[in-house]
Order: sequence, then C-alpha cells, then structure tokens
Amino acid sequence: MKKITALIGLLALLLVASLGLTSPASAQKKMIQIKGSDTMVNLVQILAEEYMAKKPGAAIAVLGGGSGTGITAIINGTTDLANHSREWKPKELDLAYEKGVRPRIFAIAVDALSIIVNEKNPIETLTMAQVGSIFRGEIKNWKVLGGPDQKISLYGRQSNSGTYSFLQEHVLNNKNYSPDVKEMNGNAQIIEAVVQDLAGIGYVGVGYLYDESGKLRKGLKVLKIKKDESAPEYSPLDKEAVYSAKYAISRPLYQCTNGKPSAAVADFIRFELSPEGQAIVEKEGFFKIGKDLMEQNEKNLR
Amino acid sequence: MGTVKKKGVLGDLKESLIQKIFQTSGLLAIIVLLGIFALLLYTAIPAFREVSLKEFLTSTRWDPTSPEKPEFGLLSMLASTIMVTIGALLIAFPVGVAVAAYLSDVASPRVREIVKPVVELLAAIPSVVVGFIGITLVGPMIAKIFNLSHGLTALNGSLLLAIMALPTIISISEDSLNAVPISFVEASLALGANRWQTLVRVKVPAALSGIIASLMLGMGRAIGETMTVLMATGNARAFPQGFLQSARTLTANIAIELGEVPYYTTHYYALFAIGLVLFIMTFFVNLTADVILEKQKRKLQ
Repeated sequence: MKKITALIGLLALLLVASLGLTSPASAQKKMIQIKGSDTMVNLVQILAEEYMAKKPGAAIAVLGGGSGTGITAIINGTTDLANHSREWKPKELDLAYEKGVRPRIFAIAVDALSIIVNEKNPIETLTMAQVGSIFRGEIKNWKVLGGPDQKISLYGRQSNSGTYSFLQEHVLNNKNYSPDVKEMNGNAQIIEAVVQDLAGIGYVGVGYLYDESGKLRKGLKVLKIKKDESAPEYSPLDKEAVYSAKYAISRPLYQCTNGKPSAAVADFIRFELSPEGQAIVEKEGFFKIGKDLMEQNEKNLR
Repeated sequence: MGTVKKKGVLGDLKESLIQKIFQTSGLLAIIVLLGIFALLLYTAIPAFREVSLKEFLTSTRWDPTSPEKPEFGLLSMLASTIMVTIGALLIAFPVGVAVAAYLSDVASPRVREIVKPVVELLAAIPSVVVGFIGITLVGPMIAKIFNLSHGLTALNGSLLLAIMALPTIISISEDSLNAVPISFVEASLALGANRWQTLVRVKVPAALSGIIASLMLGMGRAIGETMTVLMATGNARAFPQGFLQSARTLTANIAIELGEVPYYTTHYYALFAIGLVLFIMTFFVNLTADVILEKQKRKLQ
C-alpha cells in the first residue's frame, strides 16, 4: 500500500512538473524561449550565457530543431524568438499573416556555408556548379572530378534545415537533392560522418568547423569554392574573402519575433548586435554583420 | 440472520462493482485503440485532396519540400521498412528459436535461471542506446567487413533490430515449448527416440504455432521501431538497392519530418497517412500472432 501511495505521489509530482514546464505561466518569469536553426544553436547559446552572466535575473533557453522548426514555432506562437539560417518562404509568410503573426527579422551574424570532405580526399577546390551537380546526384564518382575511383557518399541535413534550403536554392538552382543523400541529424553528425567516410562530402555552417578550443576539427578538409570556372578560389575560413563577399556561399543568420520585440527580448537582441556580442560571433567562427543589415536591424527594433 | 443477509448484499454489491471496474478497463483499451485509429484516419484523409492515392502507394519518390514538384510516394520507404524487418528476422528467428530450445530442453535449471532474465533484460535497453551502438560499433564494423566507405546501411539496421526482436522471440518460443505436455515427450522417449529427435520431431512441431507467433510479434516490434533505424541506416530517400545501401524506413521518416512540418498542410496530413499505413501493418501482424497463439492453446488442451 505504501508503495502504491508513493508511486501515485511520484506520478502526481511528475505531472505537476511537466505541466509547469509546458504552461505559458512559467514564461512570465521572463524566460525567453529561443528555438530553431541547428547551425545557430551553439552560437546563440553562448551569446545567451554571456548575456545572462551580465544580467542576473535574465533567463534564456535555446533549443535547436532546424530553421523550419523555429519559423513554425513563431507561426504557432510557441517561442519568443526563432533562429533561422534561411529566409522565410512565401508559403510560411502567408500562413503567418493568416494567423495574425507579423514576423520582424534581425540579422545577427553571417555564416559561410562550408563544403567538407575527408582529409584524405585529394580534391581541394570545386566550383559552385560542381557542388550543385554532386548534391543533385549528377556527378556520382570522385573520378569525374579528378579524385580516386570511388562512389561519392553524400551527407546532408533534413528538409527542415535552413542550410538544406539555402543550398538547394543558391547552389542546386532550386532542383531536387539526390535521393541518395544520407540525412543526418544536425551539423555535428555530418562532420562525424565525413571524418569517418573517405568518400564522404557534406555541408555545414562555418562555426562547426572548429572544436571547443577554437582549432579546426581534425580529419576534415574544407573545400575552396569558385564562383565559376574562371573565378579565383576562396575558402570559407578566409575572413577577408567572406567579408568582401568573394566567398560564394555566405548568408546572414537571422532571428525573428512576432511583432515588436518585448523589452526583455529587445534587450537581448541589442546585446547580440553590440560590439561585445559581435566579438563573440567572430570568436565562434562566424562573421560580423555589415552596415546595411545593422541599419535594417535598428529599424526593426523600434 | 439479518446481519448475515446484509453482508451478503454488500458482498454482492462489491462483487458487481469490481466486475464493472474490470469491464470498463477492458472496454477502455478497445476505445483507445478505436480512438487512435479514428484520429489517424481523420488526419490522414485530407492528404488525399492533393495527393492521389495511386501516387502515394506506387511512387518511389518522397520529396514534400521539393522546389520543383512536391512528391509524396511512400513505396521506397515501405520497401526499406520491409527489407530492414525481414533482414532482422532472418537473423533473429533462427538464433531466437535455438536459444529457446536450449533453454527449455538442454540448459540446467541454474543456467536457465541466469540466462532467461538476462535475455529479458535485453528488451530493457533503450532503443536510442542500441542506435548509438549502431553508429559507433556495428556500422564501422560493417564498413570494414564489406569494404564500404561508411556503415550507415540497411544491414546495420537489420542487425540492431535483430537484437531488439530477440527477447520477444526467445521468451514466447520458450513458453510454447514448455507448454507442450510432458506426455508427448514421454511417449516419444518411450518409443526409443533420443532427445534431439524428440525436440525436433515432437516438441517443435507441437509448439510450432507459438513459435510462429513469436516470429510475428518480433516482426511487429521491428516494423514499429524508430529511433534505432533512424540513427543507424543513413535515411537516404532512394529506393533501397540492397542491404549494403542506406535506407529510410516509414517510422524514421515520420520522426524526421513531423517535428518541423507546418501544421495542417498536405505534408502534415501525408505523414499521418504514413502513420495509418504503419498502424494497419502492425495491427495485422499482431492480430495474426494472436490468432495463431489462440489456436495453439486450443490444440494443446
């Protein structure tokens, strides 16, 4: 009997705890919920930690899940702030407006999308067109590109990923991915797979190329990219090339709110955009945002 | 006299109350089952406003977010599910029945006392842990043995699912071997058959329907398993060309996509349609297992 009472008590406790976690009432404690892009989750987590260290009493929870997840969460009203590494799709905007959601978008960093292969792969450089052909499944063997006679093993993200959409739009020219792409659960898994797979190729955000001590991950090779056959090649690790937009596949990383951000959220966004916040962005391997985007951000904050 | 009668009335009341409670619990299980089925059906049907049933069941391309043309064919994933499941059973069934036969006929009671709980403990390993073993241990081993560049293949999934289906197969097969009346065994031995002959020609045939039921239940387990295959098989959408290729099962597809899909879109409904297909598959597999088990019970009585 005692056991049963204890069990019921425990169940009740769990129920209360789970209710407490999900109910919007707990959000009143100024807990800011951030959700979305897997590429951005580590960066925003670190920004949030620095911010919380400076402002006692502030509470921020950062979750991943993919850009699509973040945008869906803003539409469904289940998050305060969404991270997304691609722009909103027209369909999503329609859905948002239908539901009375008015997204306001802030660019907080710039990412250089990096194409990675195993370090033993002799290939150093690819053109944008070649990367597109590889991921569309048109080039199937490394031999075609001057590498060893080995079937190309493709790694990618799931369709909810902003990186997936961005690459599809800007490099695959809005064509379908090859059905042979192995869909991994996030940037880190792609890196693990490519480190193990001699014939592997994958795409990740530039921030994931570094380990915790800021060194480039072992076992990887980051390919240099040419805009076209005659253009010079640039690496996403080359800061100057990314800032001058010579590296071909870079993109802003965004956050968005529904309508004008609340005072607490706006304060956090201001911190991210401050020189201090932008220094963290660079330290994490990403790039600072330029003047134009910053002016746009200022407008949206007001 | 009066007090005794009173007790009797109370006792009756108590008894009927308890009976009612049990009856409701039994009914509740049926209601929940029907409720899930109705919900799946209700959420799946809107998918077919935009996707034809023919495309859904016969197309091998699944690409709901394609900028060219969204496609909703489940055939590749259905084939992957069936392939990974059959592969798992090809490994787990012979091993499972052999272990069951060993436990019921050969092992000493002490060995049985140790082995049986250990086998049952195998069922308690969380599927995400099995998946992790697949990524870090089984996958790389497969890559090495077959000289592949990676091990995220259907075979990886099959091997892991075999491990997960084993406890079901062993424990139900052993139960049905043990349920064979001792008189069968005695008669066989008395006719001069040795223990091997008795096991293979008398006990296993007598317990056959139970053993087949264990196979079906193991199959149900393998079809429905999600996390392990999601982690271990690479999830490429292409039609599976063989056990050394990557595969994407129905369950893995739902797990990958349901978290991100915008609600109340064709893609969302189509995922529920896949859920409905899975539900129907596992329902019939389990139903068959139940019918076979029931038959065996009657036969041996």
